[in-house]
Amino acid sequence: MIELLATRAALFGLCGAALIGIGIYGFVAHAHLLRRLVAFNVIGSGIFLLFGATGLRRVAFGADPVPQALIITGIVVAFSATALAVAMITRLAMLSGEARLPEERPGGAPGGER
Amino acid sequence: MMAVVFDVLLCALILVVALAAVSGRALFPAVVFFIVYGLLVAIAWVRLDAVDVALAEAAIGAGLTGILLVGATARLRRMEVPEAETGTSAARIATGIGCAMFAAMIGLGLLSLEPRGTGLAPVVAENLAGAGVANPVTAVLLNFRAYDTLLESIVLLVALVGVWSLAEDRHWGGHPGLRQHARTDGVLAAFGRILPPVGLMIGVYIVWTGSKQPGGAFQGGTVLAAVWLLVVMAGLVEAPRSDGRLLRIGLVAGPAIFLAVGFAGALGGTFLGLPAAHAGNLILLIETALALSIVLTLGLLVAGPPQRKAGTEDGA
Repeated sequence: MIELLATRAALFGLCGAALIGIGIYGFVAHAHLLRRLVAFNVIGSGIFLLFGATGLRRVAFGADPVPQALIITGIVVAFSATALAVAMITRLAMLSGEARLPEERPGGAPGGER
Repeated sequence: MMAVVFDVLLCALILVVALAAVSGRALFPAVVFFIVYGLLVAIAWVRLDAVDVALAEAAIGAGLTGILLVGATARLRRMEVPEAETGTSAARIATGIGCAMFAAMIGLGLLSLEPRGTGLAPVVAENLAGAGVANPVTAVLLNFRAYDTLLESIVLLVALVGVWSLAEDRHWGGHPGLRQHARTDGVLAAFGRILPPVGLMIGVYIVWTGSKQPGGAFQGGTVLAAVWLLVVMAGLVEAPRSDGRLLRIGLVAGPAIFLAVGFAGALGGTFLGLPAAHAGNLILLIETALALSIVLTLGLLVAGPPQRKAGTEDGA
């Protein structure tokens, strides 16, 4: 039984590691800031999953509540950051008509017209 | 055996949906996949015996973040912001290979880690009797590591101040900008009348039960915030003006009472230390005030910067 739980923890930990990779890919591959925000959240939950799964590997003592509490705090803080980012992206789009950073514009040099 | 098969399938599904959310071409499907992804991750947390985290992930990670992203997508579409992507497929493949190698490195690192020591679970279990609550996660959040939760509630408040600060001067103090055009006989208006009683009950129950079972101020507060948003989006009530005094008192009530209890603890020796005899009641007081502030803050964070009616539609 305990071995089975340890296998499960390793499985979800690896899943978290893969999610971090997927998230970083999305963050690099897209210039659109909302796509980057989605990727940022995938990276975040991947890290939480990795962290939570490592907390479960000492299964003889039950699921450790301290990592769980830290992760809940992390989820709320990630949401706060996402809300702030959404507001900033919307404002940027209002001002510039685009949802990407000026230096990401094809052929557009930084400091060009806004 | 069945359990292992289920876990493997769940992990595979999570990865596929995450890939769809990250690599698809269009923005809106990516957001929808992200919401599905959040719900699947919540199931993963249940499998890991972390039901409190599962509740938070489903409510905040999938639900609220989801509405926020759907709302932003709709706004950008109304402004006709281009979605066209740059970058060659060769560059994407190279990026993909690099990221896969990075993830493999993290995975190898994880597998090579030997679990050492006992973790903090036994220490928490030992001290749970004097914590005032029976749910060990709530005990960590509101007693043993109350610092985290206090600062977290302040982070929420600061984020709201940041969001409001992005409003133009002429909109300052107006109603937060969820302007809805729900038809009075439409689905949204009907949901706005049918769901709130159920949602209110579930939300209050989750806050209340957090002391004994999985749940708590953040998870329950999110459900209540969702109910509030639903009623506002259905056009049944208007979001309060962001310069209303009552609203602002409600926003700071949670952190303020939390801080006050913390300072009272400081007089007794430890900042944020709760005397075992009163810990249960103090945590209930903090959780209730915190839940109120969380409902208002989360709802307003989703609603976005304030706007005034005289202004142009979203500045477009």
